Amino acid sequence: LVILLLAPGAGQDVGRSCILVSIAGKNVMLDCGMHMGYNDDRRFPDFSYITQNGRLTDFLDCVIISHFHLDHCGALPYFSEMVGYDGPIYMTHPTKAICPILLEDYRKITVDKKGEINFFTSQMIKDCMKKVVAVHLHQTVQVDEELEIKAYYAGHVLGAAMFQIKVGCESVVYTGDYNMTPDRHLGAAWIDKCRPDLLITESTYATTIRDSKRCRERDFLKKVHETVERGGKVLIPVFALGRAQELCILLETFWERMNLKAPIYFSTGLTEKANHYYKLFITWTNQKIRKTFVQRNMFEFKHIKAFDRAFADNPGPMVVFATPGMLHAGQSLQIFRKWAGNEKNMVIMPGYCVQGTVGHKILSGQRKLEMEGRQILEVKMQVEYMSFSAHADAKGIMQLIRQAEPRNVLLVHGEAKKMEFLKQKIEQEFHVSCYMPANGETTTILTNPSIPVDISLGLLKRETAIGLLPDVKKPKLMHGTLIMKDNSFRLVSPEQALKELGLAEHQLRFTCRVHIQDPRKEHETVLRVYNHLKGVLKDYSVQHLPDGSITVESILIQATAHSEDQGTKVLLVSWTYQDEELGSYLTSLLKKGLPQSTS
Amino acid sequence: MAAHLKKRVYEEFTKVVQQQHEDLSAKKLRLTKPSKSAALHVDLCKATSPTDALQYLLQFARKPVEVESVEGVVRILLEHYYKENDASVRLKIASLLGLLSKTAGFSPDCIVDDAINTLQNEKSHQVLAQLLDTLLVIGTKLTENPSVRMRLVEVACKHLTDSSHGVRNKCLQLIGCLGPVEKGVAKEAENQAAKDVQKIIGDHFNDQDPRVRTAAIKAMLQLHERGLKLQQAIYSQACKLLADDYEQVRSAAVQLIWVLSQLYPESIVPIPSSNEEIRLVDDAFGKICHMVSDGSWVVRVQAAKLLGSMQQVSSHFLEQTLDKKLMSDLRRKRTAHERAKELYSSGEFSSGRKWGDDAPKEEIDTGAVNLIESGACGAFVHGLEDEMYEVRIAAVEALCMLAQSSPSFAEKCLDFLVDMFNDEIEEVRLQSIHTMRKISNNITLREDQLDTVLAVLEDSSRDIREALHELLCCTNVSTKEGIHLALVELLKNLTKYPTDRESIWKCLKFLGSRHPTLVLPLVPELLSTHPFFDTPEPDMDDPAYIAVLVLIFNAAKSCPTMPALFSDHTFRHYAYLRDSLSHLVPPLRLPGRKLVSSPVSPSITPHEDPSQQFLHQSLERVYNLQHLDPQGIQELLEFTIRDLQRLGELQSELAGMADFTATYLQCQLLLIKALQEKLWNVAAPLYLKQNALASAAAKQILEETYKMEFMYSGVESRQVVIIHHMRLQAKALQLIVTARTTRGVEPLFGMCEKFLQEVDSFQRCFISELPHMQGSFVDKLLDLMPRLVTSKPSEVVKILQTTLRQSTFLHLPLPEQLHRATANIIEPTGESDNPLRFTSGLVVALDVDATLEHVQDPQGTVKVQVLYPDGQAQIIHPKPADFRNPGPGRHRLITQVYLSHTAWTEPCQIEVRLLLAYNSNRSKASAKIPKATWSESLEALPQSENGIEGTIPFSKPVKVYIMPKPARR
Repeated sequence: LVILLLAPGAGQDVGRSCILVSIAGKNVMLDCGMHMGYNDDRRFPDFSYITQNGRLTDFLDCVIISHFHLDHCGALPYFSEMVGYDGPIYMTHPTKAICPILLEDYRKITVDKKGEINFFTSQMIKDCMKKVVAVHLHQTVQVDEELEIKAYYAGHVLGAAMFQIKVGCESVVYTGDYNMTPDRHLGAAWIDKCRPDLLITESTYATTIRDSKRCRERDFLKKVHETVERGGKVLIPVFALGRAQELCILLETFWERMNLKAPIYFSTGLTEKANHYYKLFITWTNQKIRKTFVQRNMFEFKHIKAFDRAFADNPGPMVVFATPGMLHAGQSLQIFRKWAGNEKNMVIMPGYCVQGTVGHKILSGQRKLEMEGRQILEVKMQVEYMSFSAHADAKGIMQLIRQAEPRNVLLVHGEAKKMEFLKQKIEQEFHVSCYMPANGETTTILTNPSIPVDISLGLLKRETAIGLLPDVKKPKLMHGTLIMKDNSFRLVSPEQALKELGLAEHQLRFTCRVHIQDPRKEHETVLRVYNHLKGVLKDYSVQHLPDGSITVESILIQATAHSEDQGTKVLLVSWTYQDEELGSYLTSLLKKGLPQSTS
Repeated sequence: MAAHLKKRVYEEFTKVVQQQHEDLSAKKLRLTKPSKSAALHVDLCKATSPTDALQYLLQFARKPVEVESVEGVVRILLEHYYKENDASVRLKIASLLGLLSKTAGFSPDCIVDDAINTLQNEKSHQVLAQLLDTLLVIGTKLTENPSVRMRLVEVACKHLTDSSHGVRNKCLQLIGCLGPVEKGVAKEAENQAAKDVQKIIGDHFNDQDPRVRTAAIKAMLQLHERGLKLQQAIYSQACKLLADDYEQVRSAAVQLIWVLSQLYPESIVPIPSSNEEIRLVDDAFGKICHMVSDGSWVVRVQAAKLLGSMQQVSSHFLEQTLDKKLMSDLRRKRTAHERAKELYSSGEFSSGRKWGDDAPKEEIDTGAVNLIESGACGAFVHGLEDEMYEVRIAAVEALCMLAQSSPSFAEKCLDFLVDMFNDEIEEVRLQSIHTMRKISNNITLREDQLDTVLAVLEDSSRDIREALHELLCCTNVSTKEGIHLALVELLKNLTKYPTDRESIWKCLKFLGSRHPTLVLPLVPELLSTHPFFDTPEPDMDDPAYIAVLVLIFNAAKSCPTMPALFSDHTFRHYAYLRDSLSHLVPPLRLPGRKLVSSPVSPSITPHEDPSQQFLHQSLERVYNLQHLDPQGIQELLEFTIRDLQRLGELQSELAGMADFTATYLQCQLLLIKALQEKLWNVAAPLYLKQNALASAAAKQILEETYKMEFMYSGVESRQVVIIHHMRLQAKALQLIVTARTTRGVEPLFGMCEKFLQEVDSFQRCFISELPHMQGSFVDKLLDLMPRLVTSKPSEVVKILQTTLRQSTFLHLPLPEQLHRATANIIEPTGESDNPLRFTSGLVVALDVDATLEHVQDPQGTVKVQVLYPDGQAQIIHPKPADFRNPGPGRHRLITQVYLSHTAWTEPCQIEVRLLLAYNSNRSKASAKIPKATWSESLEALPQSENGIEGTIPFSKPVKVYIMPKPARR
């Protein structure tokens, strides 16, 4: 059987996550993201890959969205309303709540600010959301009779989940983005030992092992604190949701502890709504917040206020969180342009930046940027990078693989040359095959599915009773008759099978003659053989019958003198096919001859 | 005398035994016809359906069964067991059998055979499991009977092949609890089945049911606990179990591996897939470290905890646990800790402005990077970063234990502990601060670490701040900048939280005395002295200034050059502080300043031996007072008491001892005074006044004896005897006084009887001590006992009076350590003039903060008392969680007291004080006597003697101004 995997986006690339999995005849689309770096058709995945002609709804059984970041759900309205898809879309409750806000914000920026046409509308977002089915953590959702999905906690952002997709006994786990170390507001990803056939994991930080989060936090706070004490302004470009909340909690507690007065602003609009959802979905946050929200909900900030555009020109120190996170558009870019000229100021990039964005450019060291309208912007402010991005690092990815114990691993959502390294490591450590398809590439993974067979209780009990103790790990050999009838498999006892099929029972016996050089009389030979066998086969019942034959279990051995040569005795060994193993062993044993010492 | 005593004892003893015999025989007679079992039998026969029978059994189970009828009941139950077809009823019967065999005093060996027989024909798995459970109960009651145990183990082995996990579970449990521990005995006992219990259990490590696997490991651990030495061969099996799918199996396997690593630390095990070999303890350590990143947090907690107790592990393995190779885009990166250390060692303190040092350095060989490390790599890094705070706390505890045994590891883990000071959960922060304090002998803080540590001083939680002060008390700081930084931060802390005053001063005291050389260069700056100009004299009442002085004076103690830098007013302030805050300011030898220092210091210079000698001398003197005339005795006692009290004030180490003896002498003095009254001989009604005096004395003695018994920690039984003896004397005095004042004989009968009973119980409790008490009141009394019992109350009184006068004064042997329980209410301070206003009928919460010293079991004994002006008193029991334990012998009570009252016209003061509750039942003397030996005979005694409950106030009362306002309508 085959798991097909198409990656319209996301393969060996960050941004535009979109993976198509075909498992046991079911087609599932995982995530439906857009690319931040492009403003043309390339920003959405190429859905024509999926079906050349024919409706998507007929082809896809369901769509799963792992979390609300736009590179994982940005193309959803386009996909469902403009391309046309009417099947179910699955996401967790927080994702369903927050996703439309982000889509609407994205739409506003593209349509209202840049004036693009032929983009999805607010109504389309609403219609799209109507198709969404929300799932709980660890809830098994039966999509149809065979396909079932289950969500696991993934950390990363509020509501992020890993999904297990299962058809029959074949299963795939898709991680989406996840985080193996807890942070100030979310816990760590967790999965049970589900042993999927395939684990599709992100690999953003395939080649990084990070320092402990406490050091990172302290570094961050130190940088902010020092800039503020110097009277500088700090710009922290963030996505409206996710990292922003973590950093807010961090700064808020720090301000409270150090009794600092410099204002902290958060770009308006999204903030209140977003924090509202964080307050609501307390169960999805980390242990500390869950424990203390009765006294005080951590998301009710005291020091952090809403930002107004006019504040950017205010004198004196301040800290501003602005969207979007990669400095490619919107408020963060505006503020960046204003502050870039002053070396007292600082911009802290707390996460990953996609190639082609301003954020990526300044991080890679460019000091002169070409802006729209051929303006050249000289960057004098300090540029800092803090790895606050909540993706698992190489160790985390390995840890997840260890937890889930998959039979195959497939890397997506990362850069090709970094994946190469991780791939090699995974193959080396876990001895499982690892794949890293490019965009549009199809990977075929052969699975070794187990086929369930019905067995009657009587037979099962009888067979288990035969051997010694049942052993968990080892397969157990059973004797029975397999009946394949009406697309079902049954294992029944031979007697019953005969009865069902109306056949008579036949017995099959093998006989074999063994020549032994022994000048003695027949009964003496028999006695020698008997003694020999008794010595060798301690665990079996060896009997010497009065009629001069030997039985070992059901095997019969008789000795006659050779008609021509009296010195040669012919041993007749006869056994039923059930005792084939023992019988052939006995013959080979006898062929070796009798030991000379037993005279 | 002694012979007489022996005789008495013998009499007592035989009497008791005889009674038992009588009882037993009588009970045995009844056994043949147990009414209870008969009733049960009738009930069960009546039962028509299984549900009915079940109901009867359930009802039956609610009532306890007397020891003597247990066997009969068991027989009836067994009879029905065989008859019963319904499995649920059989199950209940089986569980009842177990319950009955638990009955105290019942020996179940008579039903062993029957119980084993029941197993034979049982088909239901549940009933089988329950029966095995019953056998386990029986087996545990018959531990000293090896043959029964062997039989039971055999039965269990037989059922191990059962297909139900429940039955296998119970079998393993039974084998674990009863399996033979001593090999030799095992072989003798059962020759044909001389099986190795360990092998049998080990076979079930691979059972198909996880519950059975868990039970097997638990049984193995049980065997270990019972003293069987586990075989090393199990180790490899246990290692495989670490990869089990089920968390309870993994959790138990981790324990088993730990046990084995403690048993065979030095054995050599091979590393799979290579030819190398390592010590078993190292291997086990690596494996347990691996479990710190397990999927289940229960296992993680378990693993992290156990790591702490693996002290034999070799140091390079240990240090790996803190190691985590960082890389970024395949280039090696140094951790923040490494960078900080490097900056420090290069002599330049991290300004934080150079962030280029963050950049990744050398390229990494891709082949050499081991992502899932097989060893202990980074176990603690992971553990300390864990999602669940339970795991983090366990990891911190483990770090603490390992660091205590390895100084080099302590040095290395410092960075990580310092990081934990910023954990988001307070318990974790607190735990890591405590840990740091415990290992502080092995470490010296770098400046950057100190910086992080001191930042926590601004924490709003008082516990954290105080823990940090404690920590600073015993840390080593490496530079003078560090000291300065610490001082500045502590002063900042002082202004922010003025209530921390005491704790900060104490902290600076130790900081100063630990680092005299580092403080020395800071002195001019700290005192703001100037070589040419006189600076204004600082305000002496400023807590911050006092704090600075405490630091300097303590440093000056071991740095003779320092006083030369002081200005005049500093010396004056020294003299003042030395007197007012003598516990914080040490005596200094100030050259050329005899005027200030010399008259004070030599007289106080602590020298333990002389003062202890003084204590003993004065006691010796007192013990000879028998030979003095009454007047002399009184005077001597008075002087000695005064001396002792003063000594207690001066020498805090001897305060407990001195107070204790002073109290004892005080009691004696009171007794003597009461007896010396010349007016005893005259007729009663005339001497009401004198009676009042004597009875008051008796009362006071009683009170003081309770104080002596319960307020001091470290009191041994020798002292308890003497205290009780004194109490007995006081009671005798009371009796005499009452006899003198009351007319009529009726009430005296009761009192006399009661008193005699008390003497009796005294004798029982302290029989072993009696030989030491020759010539004492009790000794004489016991001699006269036969006469006392028969004589009339008036005669008894007369005898008592004479004995009381003639009896000698008992020596009070002093224990090694004696501390008086003290309490000091820090808050409320009682200084506020602003009344606490609240609406009458509603409640107001008053924060109470107190330190308790040398209080045993404060949760049970310390109460808060509130006294209202109208005489109404209220006693509040603080919650157990309100007590913290900052150090040995010290406790801290932080609680809230709810006040309420009807409306007052004007504000008034209420008194808050702490009480120490006692209960003579819990007294140290009676605790030592097993109850069973004398409880029967004591039953006749009034309960009041058995359990006098009372309270001793042991803190100064604090006044709080409150004002309940009338409610507005």
